[in-house]
Amino acid sequence: MTDAVVAPGFSRSEMMIVAAARELAGQRVCFVGVGLPNIAVNLAKRTVAPDLELVYEAGVFGAQPARLPLSIGDPTIVTGATAVVSMFELFAFYLQRGLIDVGFLGAAQIDRFGNLNSTVIGPYDAPKTRLPGSGGACEIAINAKNVFVIMRQSARSFVKEIDFRTSPGNLGGAEQAEAIRKAGGWNGRGPSVVVTDLGIWHFDDTGEMRLDSLHPGATLDEVRATIAWEPKISEHLEATQAPTEEELRLVREELDPGGVYTK
Amino acid sequence: MSTSKVASMHDAVADLVRNGDTVAIEGFTHLIGFSAGHEIIRQRKRDLVLARMTPDVIYDQMIAGGVARKLIFSWLGNPGVGGLNAIRRRIEPASLAPGQVPLEIEEYSHFGMVSRYTAGAAGLPFMPLRSYFETDLPKANPLIRPIRSPFSDETIYAVPPLNPDVTIIHAQRADASGNTQVWGLLGCQKEAAFAAERVIVVVEELVDEAVIRADPNRTIVPGLIVDAVVVDPYGAHPSYVQGAYDRDNRFYLDWDPISRDEAVLQQWLRDWVYDVPDRAAYVEKLGAERLATLKPGSAPSGSVDYGEYL
Repeated sequence: MTDAVVAPGFSRSEMMIVAAARELAGQRVCFVGVGLPNIAVNLAKRTVAPDLELVYEAGVFGAQPARLPLSIGDPTIVTGATAVVSMFELFAFYLQRGLIDVGFLGAAQIDRFGNLNSTVIGPYDAPKTRLPGSGGACEIAINAKNVFVIMRQSARSFVKEIDFRTSPGNLGGAEQAEAIRKAGGWNGRGPSVVVTDLGIWHFDDTGEMRLDSLHPGATLDEVRATIAWEPKISEHLEATQAPTEEELRLVREELDPGGVYTK
Repeated sequence: MSTSKVASMHDAVADLVRNGDTVAIEGFTHLIGFSAGHEIIRQRKRDLVLARMTPDVIYDQMIAGGVARKLIFSWLGNPGVGGLNAIRRRIEPASLAPGQVPLEIEEYSHFGMVSRYTAGAAGLPFMPLRSYFETDLPKANPLIRPIRSPFSDETIYAVPPLNPDVTIIHAQRADASGNTQVWGLLGCQKEAAFAAERVIVVVEELVDEAVIRADPNRTIVPGLIVDAVVVDPYGAHPSYVQGAYDRDNRFYLDWDPISRDEAVLQQWLRDWVYDVPDRAAYVEKLGAERLATLKPGSAPSGSVDYGEYL
């Protein structure tokens, strides 16, 4: 696996979380997902984005979780929050009305344009593997102003064609996506970043993923071996700054002390 | 004057849940009515259509118990742990037992499901929403349909109302006539209750009507639409009740290996459902030590003054 500890003493999952947290600098309202996004967002609030408002689909605005929960509907997101609302209100007034700056999504499959599948592997009516499905992902992809994707790279996940489109990304390309978003009155501008265990991808003018930064310890050979298409690599490829001691301390001591997500 | 609707879980389920019904046990992570689900398994109800945004472990158990023919949902997983194995075995063709009928599914997104309950609760023929564009969900579920705005050129999507025969919700407290109060995550229980033909409320605590009237903003469901009130302390375990007991994450983790093996799962159902007469016995079997680990600290709200107007 790609989760081996790389020099100097942090895991690839930790690098991924730290890189995702840094991407949240300057953002205001973030829709948080379970697992890795949850850690990244809480890390961002303690570092680059102290004013970040954490929104949980379970119906919480302005959460201040005191512990990192296993589930997304944990009681810690309620105690001390700014507001607890019904899920209809959350999806209608907060998300659909356009108040969410960033929505975090993960998926089982992603294509080069950032379209996501979290529903099924194989045919829908006779699935090889039945996955959880949309939850709020489909409307987050459409109505959060920016979508951040956090996923580990593998050739099974970064595929030429996804088996089911649960959450629209840049569809077949930027031009088409932009016209359709405008016609449908979407709040969303689509995916803006994909943070993986190997690097940071943004989307170029054609709407396709482009590797802009390579994490320490990762190689371009590894990047190519874990992606099913010939990936675009930036001419100005950067090296991701390794996690600082403080970032690592927050992740290890406060956010995931059991190492559930970060080992 | 209102008469008491307080009933035992056995009687409430026997009287109000009928074979073939569409049943919604709602509660998003919080306040999941496990004790009601277990009673439905124990009474061997059959051919139910089960609706829930997140089927969760409770529907995994009920579907393993053979109560359902169909599932309506929006997120099918064990949060933070993985899949719902019993349900997956009824959906993935390679996992079906010989001669076993696959579980019928009807799938939405979260916003689609809450919109369905909202349409049902409001007596409307559909609810419009700005979602589903350019996804495969409307192909997978033909009940998600595009609709043209009567006021502009916009096309958005609509979902039909969901009106369960029975909605079951768990709550912190209610009075004997079913006026029900909840704090913490609200999910879509209010919508699911107003949408239903019949409503069962399961509570941690039965309180005097005066307690409800002292804080009317906290009431999510009036007794007007409630058919039975069941008093079942710890009835939401291993889910949680804000302020009363924590989510038993250990159980959610343990469920994964239990549910991977059909024989182990069926043994679990015998030990914890069929051979247990009611929630009080389940709680006793679970033990005080386990429950003590779930006791939260205290964080009381301030009180507000509603004022007296004579």
